[in-house]
Amino acid sequence: MTEVLVYVDHADGVVRKPTLELLTLARRIGEPVAVALGDGAGDTASTLAEHGAVRVLTHVAPEYGQYLVVPKVDALQAAYEQVSPAAVLVPSTAEGKEIAARLALRIGSGIITDAVDLEAGEAGPVATQSVLAASYTTTSRVSKGTPVITVKPNSAAVEAVRAAGAVEALNVTFSDQATGTKITSRTPRESTGRPELTEAAIVVSGGRGVNGAENFAIIEALADSFGAAVGASRAAVDAGWYPHTHQVGQTGKTVSPRLYVAVGISGAIQHRAGMQTSKTIVAVNKDAEAPIFDLVDYGVVGDLFDVVPQLTEDVIARKG
Amino acid sequence: MSLRIVVCAKYVPDAIGDPHFTENLTVDRDDVDGLLSELDEYAVEQALRIKEAADAEITVVTVGPKDAEEALRKALSMGADQAIHIEDDDLHGTDVMGTSLVLAKAVQRAGYDLVVCGMASTDGTMGVLPAILAERLGVPQVTLLSEVSVEGGAVKGRRDGDAASEQLQASLPAVVSVTDQSGEARYPSFKGIMAAKKKPVTSWDLSDLGIDAEEVGLEGAWTTVESAAERPARTVGTIVKDEGGGGRQLAAFLAKRKFV
Ligand SMILES: Cc1cc2nc3c(=O)[nH]c(=O)nc-3n(C[C@H](O)[C@H](O)[C@H](O)COP(=O)(O)OP(=O)(O)OC[C@H]3O[C@@H](n4cnc5c(N)ncnc54)[C@H](O)[C@@H]3O)c2cc1C
Ligand SMILES: Cc1cc2nc3c(=O)[nH]c(=O)nc-3n(C[C@H](O)[C@H](O)[C@H](O)COP(=O)(O)OP(=O)(O)OC[C@H]3O[C@@H](n4cnc5c(N)ncnc54)[C@H](O)[C@@H]3O)c2cc1C
Repeated sequence: MTEVLVYVDHADGVVRKPTLELLTLARRIGEPVAVALGDGAGDTASTLAEHGAVRVLTHVAPEYGQYLVVPKVDALQAAYEQVSPAAVLVPSTAEGKEIAARLALRIGSGIITDAVDLEAGEAGPVATQSVLAASYTTTSRVSKGTPVITVKPNSAAVEAVRAAGAVEALNVTFSDQATGTKITSRTPRESTGRPELTEAAIVVSGGRGVNGAENFAIIEALADSFGAAVGASRAAVDAGWYPHTHQVGQTGKTVSPRLYVAVGISGAIQHRAGMQTSKTIVAVNKDAEAPIFDLVDYGVVGDLFDVVPQLTEDVIARKG
Repeated sequence: MSLRIVVCAKYVPDAIGDPHFTENLTVDRDDVDGLLSELDEYAVEQALRIKEAADAEITVVTVGPKDAEEALRKALSMGADQAIHIEDDDLHGTDVMGTSLVLAKAVQRAGYDLVVCGMASTDGTMGVLPAILAERLGVPQVTLLSEVSVEGGAVKGRRDGDAASEQLQASLPAVVSVTDQSGEARYPSFKGIMAAKKKPVTSWDLSDLGIDAEEVGLEGAWTTVESAAERPARTVGTIVKDEGGGGRQLAAFLAKRKFV
């Protein structure tokens, strides 16, 4: 059977969920061979094996933490040359897309970014994309070279399937470009303890209507009553009320949770681009004409400062 | 010698104009008005700020149909010095590998110390062109910056990722891309709009860049779109006016859908 290369996104050996989704999708095309780089790469092997990786190629070097993107491209290219895969799958993170794109050019292949589904096809894997602010669904194929495809989080339900997951050291020679862009300092983000925005089953987002950083406590309290992630509109982010890493929309995160709760958000096209594929959408907004109401399964026209605390209280009561 | 900055700027269909696909599965660029991709305004803005801090000359370049000149005029009216329009009928349907080839040849021909791009176009939204361009040019990529500066032959910037915020540095020549967190783009002044009318716009076609028609366009694309279907409109849901119990009503709806 043909092999499919899967680039592993991990933090010090802890594999992020989108990579497990990639392993599930990769099995539709062939046998997944995982590539894990940097500190903790070897620690990823047991998780990857539990999710179907037949082999795990690892390489650890300080360059991965010291220089931007290119060392990882060099390593993925080395793995590509060693494996001759039927396709290369990479998680659609900012970094993942850039790694995939440079690799694609080097190996003479086309690239598809931000796929939301993947199927085996007669002429190679067929990727589904959600494009033009999620108003169209397209299917595409890479028609030249080995398909390189980046896949968005939440694109498949993770299936655990045991495979050998034999760890093999990857041989990597860094290119002249590898040391081109130096990372001179790095400030890790503190964890909020809440679920990751792009991976959460429920997302509660606040917008300009929340009217102040301190009022985001109302949004957080509702999120916590569900065990949900917190999102924000760009207006709330630009006002400095919530960090940019929580922005939902075209220039923020795309989320596709089972439930999206929009609070004090009007529903501009750029915001909708990031949330309109959510399964169930509800909104609280005091303006009955707000475009967000065109999308909702249930909407409450009212003041969020009355509606949301009552909702939170009732959710907690129902759970209790 | 002054710093040669090339800004890549894309002409895109206005997102609020509800763009559609045509029969050959490319985006219909005639049925809605186009504009300079709003995210490329940030690229122009950062180029202008670099120029304000150092001696520099800004060339803005676009690959696109005739109307794409509008994007160039906008950038010129913001303060860019000159423009290059790469236009050729054979470019219709070009994918990112083809576009990056054309841009790479164009910036090489124009001459550059620094290429500034937006973080993504607002139509294709791939966000990978700057990285591919750097790979083609064999120069460092310093991408997705929310802060950028040029000093003593080096470019520095801050990249805010999910896991960490990083400070980056590379020597020139380099390709950078800037995010919409990098600082509000200025509005063109009346004086700027008038001055833009007199600024030079150079036109190049594929032969000027030594590119064969087979390398670009739908024929030369390394990817193929097989189908495009409009997303069905969502069915209209229930909307209630809060009369004092709106929160509890919403909770009941969510309980019925088993979210609680
Ligand atoms: C290139 C580009 C990229 C962009 N990317 C993004 C993006 O990624 N994400 C994003 O969100 N936006 C993005 N935007 C901005 C977008 O166009 C809108 O400006 C933004 O989404 C508006 O945010 P908002 O809905 O919070 O604010 P507004 O549009 O001001 O809406 C606030 C809403 O709150 C309601 N409200 C006010 N007070 C209350 C109250 N007490 N109770 C209940 N409701 C109340 C109002 O009725 C109103 O509907 C982008 C724009 C551009 C040009
Ligand atoms: C809905 C849609 C989906 C697409 N999907 C794919 C795909 O999966 N694979 C593929 O190979 N192609 C795809 N394309 C084609 C691709 O968008 C174009 O080739 C495009 O010119 C480059 O990609 P981008 O605009 O998304 O670039 P991005 O990488 O998002 O753009 C980043 C920056 O590059 C610069 N730039 C990009 N294009 C130009 C230009 N024409 N002129 C000047 N500067 C430019 C701008 O500074 C821009 O801000 C898609 C197009 C559309 C409309």
